[in-house]
Amino acid sequence: MVDLSNYLVLGAILFSLGVAGIFLNRKNAIILLMSIELILLAVNFNFIAFSHYLADIQGQVFVFFILTVAAAESAIGLAILVVLFRNTNTINVGDLDSMKG
Amino acid sequence: MIELLLFYVFAAVLLFAATMVITAKNPVHSALFLVLAFFNSAALWLMAEAEFLGIALVLVYVGAVMVLFLFVVMMLDINLAPMREGFARYLPIGALVGCVMVVEMALVVGSQDVDLMRGAGAANASASLGMSNTKALGSVLYTVYAYPFEIASVVLLVAIVAAIMLTHRRRPDTKHQNIDRQVRVRKEQRLRIVTMAPEKRK
Repeated sequence: MVDLSNYLVLGAILFSLGVAGIFLNRKNAIILLMSIELILLAVNFNFIAFSHYLADIQGQVFVFFILTVAAAESAIGLAILVVLFRNTNTINVGDLDSMKG
Repeated sequence: MIELLLFYVFAAVLLFAATMVITAKNPVHSALFLVLAFFNSAALWLMAEAEFLGIALVLVYVGAVMVLFLFVVMMLDINLAPMREGFARYLPIGALVGCVMVVEMALVVGSQDVDLMRGAGAANASASLGMSNTKALGSVLYTVYAYPFEIASVVLLVAIVAAIMLTHRRRPDTKHQNIDRQVRVRKEQRLRIVTMAPEKRK
């Protein structure tokens, strides 16, 4: 029988892989977006697991909204990347220093 | 027993795919491994009786978002070499932060003092109501969460408008209609009355 903690540990490992991906690929903006997708997936895992084991449908409703917002976020993020590449000919995060931040 | 075995198989492939997403040299490979990760997540969500969301993950993410990722990755002509610099430098700290987070969360989840199942028995899940997962989700989504549902649609609309506005560009060499000038046109700009001698039939 699959336990609740199985899902939660899987979600934790997936979340950490996403965070590690942000650390490892600090230059490549596309991989950064993919790491954010991994992190959101891990969060969704926790919601679904709790929804299943607590017999409460509201967790799945929340996952539904997270999926919506994540799709919008990645669409806008990729659009920004395309504009960025058109203007600066790079998507290297290290090169984006025109605001002197 | 077979369920647990299936869970471990799907989880192992999911974690392998996620590892490959963040370590692959080629962004195309990363995108394809992310597709694999989403497929395995969908299978695990099906095992957790979240059937609608599992199918929605495959349709929305694999069908739409990942195709968008692949389009962008292949459209942009990226020089990969400078992207990889610093990978080895950040590997120790990335692995360290990841391991620390896993250990912390596993301590919380695996602790005997924390009762994860506290608050169980709200008992409005699909199985207890005797309806399918999709029907149960819809019956809540269109009644209790109708207002957030409409806000979600506005979020998607804003995303559409923003993505089009960001990436749309007017090329100067293409022909396009200028409706403003079309409406303001005067008769003198288009019509020219010429006087010419009448032709005679011979």
